Amino acid sequence: MSTFLHQVFSGLATGGIYASVALALVMIYQATNLINFAQGEMAMFSTYIAWSLINAGVPYWLAFLITVTVSFIGGMVIERVIIRPAVKRSSLLGVVIVFIGVLVIFNSLAGWIFSYTIKSFPSPFPEQALFNNTYVSSHELGAIITTLVVLGILYGFFRFTPLGLAMRAAAQNPVSSRLVGIRVGWMLALGWGLAAAIGAVAGMMVAPMVYLDPNMMQGILIYAFAAALLGGIDNPWGSVLGGFIVGVLENLIGAYLFGTELKLSVALILIVAVLVFKPTGLFGKVLVTRV
Amino acid sequence: MVALLEVSGLEAAYGATKVLHNISFTIAEGGITTMLGANGAGKTTTLRSLCSMVRTWGEIRFEGTRIDNRSTEEIVRLGIAHVPDGRGTFLELTVDENLRLGAYVRKDRKAVPGDLDRMYTYFPRLKDRRYQQAGTLSGGEQQMLALSRALMLRPKLLLMDEPSFGLAPLVVRDIFAIMRTINQQERVSMLLVEQNANLALELADQAYLLETGRVVMSGTSEEIRNDEQIRRSYLGY
Ligand SMILES: Nc1ncnc2c1ncn2[C@@H]1O[C@H](COP(=O)(O)OP(=O)(O)OP(=O)(O)O)[C@@H](O)[C@H]1O
Ligand SMILES: [Mg+2]
Repeated sequence: MSTFLHQVFSGLATGGIYASVALALVMIYQATNLINFAQGEMAMFSTYIAWSLINAGVPYWLAFLITVTVSFIGGMVIERVIIRPAVKRSSLLGVVIVFIGVLVIFNSLAGWIFSYTIKSFPSPFPEQALFNNTYVSSHELGAIITTLVVLGILYGFFRFTPLGLAMRAAAQNPVSSRLVGIRVGWMLALGWGLAAAIGAVAGMMVAPMVYLDPNMMQGILIYAFAAALLGGIDNPWGSVLGGFIVGVLENLIGAYLFGTELKLSVALILIVAVLVFKPTGLFGKVLVTRV
Repeated sequence: MVALLEVSGLEAAYGATKVLHNISFTIAEGGITTMLGANGAGKTTTLRSLCSMVRTWGEIRFEGTRIDNRSTEEIVRLGIAHVPDGRGTFLELTVDENLRLGAYVRKDRKAVPGDLDRMYTYFPRLKDRRYQQAGTLSGGEQQMLALSRALMLRPKLLLMDEPSFGLAPLVVRDIFAIMRTINQQERVSMLLVEQNANLALELADQAYLLETGRVVMSGTSEEIRNDEQIRRSYLGY
């Protein structure tokens, strides 16, 4: 029982990471119908920024804040400078290649600046487990809570602020959005900024669990993609739920069925299974239409 | 009367195909102008031109300043609301959210809740469906929503593309009555594009007739209604 609960909790911790990255993917997908393959590498690079700051003596939470801000701005700049011109001028395949280009650039940039050797990344949470329990480490618990706080803030932003509403509107119906005065182009850039910021948080939360290296986010991106598909690629909150499900499932299957070496295959099997049996995902949007 | 909108020598094209040829017209402040014409005459394109949604040439002035080189988003900020062809509803958002979006560019945020309530008094059916997805509304309710969304801007000029399209006569009567109220009480000027010439001429004080992208006739609604040729081709009696 104890190992089971432990597996569930640590699954929720990594699941939160998948959920965040999945949400970032879905946000961009909803606005542009494109999957940002570079999402993981952007998050990895953000984590290196945090690592450099912390190593330079900046207190953890300040470094956290700076990293999120820099990533947000960086995401907007990438959209404006690289993605937008590509989308405007090139075919779908061209855009996919640009995404992969961004992925490779961030990966090699990180390798070049920080080297490919793995680095340990600090956790802001205590080393001792809460009440000395054996189910969940402080970092896992802290990561779950941080993820939930980030998701909560985003939910509030999209649900209750005029800007959040405008971003949702721009993603669904750009023409009508312009007619109510929404600057659709800026909403896209903002979406990229937010996605990059969410990715940065995910990267900083996962790094203490897996060590920091330039390839850190690659497996995670695949899990996140599985989560997004499972939850419904057009449903942000479904994909978040998908993230937690995938995280827990991965751990339980790893512990009781396959062994950890084959864990990543779980994600791939899930991706294929969803695509074959339920392409809309578990919570895929069914637009209520009149019959 | 002062001209709120002045259009001169307007041309518009989709790709390489020009569909408007040297169109000129004015809209008086406080008035209701209608633009009539058969299918494909260029009515929708004219409205799109005013909002910079198609490629245009020629001059468009709103309150004296040129707007033909501005983006749609900027034009909205000047106080031009557009109920587009097909209504432009945000189908996946709620009725309430649709209305709030209409007020997106307004600076006087404090007055927005009051205006929401006003829309719900104009159209109580929308109030009942406030938190419902807009895609689930009937055609008539969606048209009410589209008109209300446009009014949430507190526009100076309201552009309406076939508000009667596909609606039952009773609903059309409601909507037109409210348009008249809004024009009289809030002094919102209107440009109304209609297939239903009888209805439009009843509401409007000025009318233009478009044929294959050209203005072929203009005058007061009275004059147009009494024109022999119009009567036979557009009014059907
Ligand atoms: N998106 C488009 N791309 C290419 N051509 C178009 C487009 N929209 C309209 N047209 C053409 O432009 C011309 C004018 O169309 P427009 O929609 O302005 O007519 P309309 O007067 O609004 O007609 P209706 O009463 O049927 O709505 C038509 O010949 C039409 O085929
Ligand atoms: Mg039309």
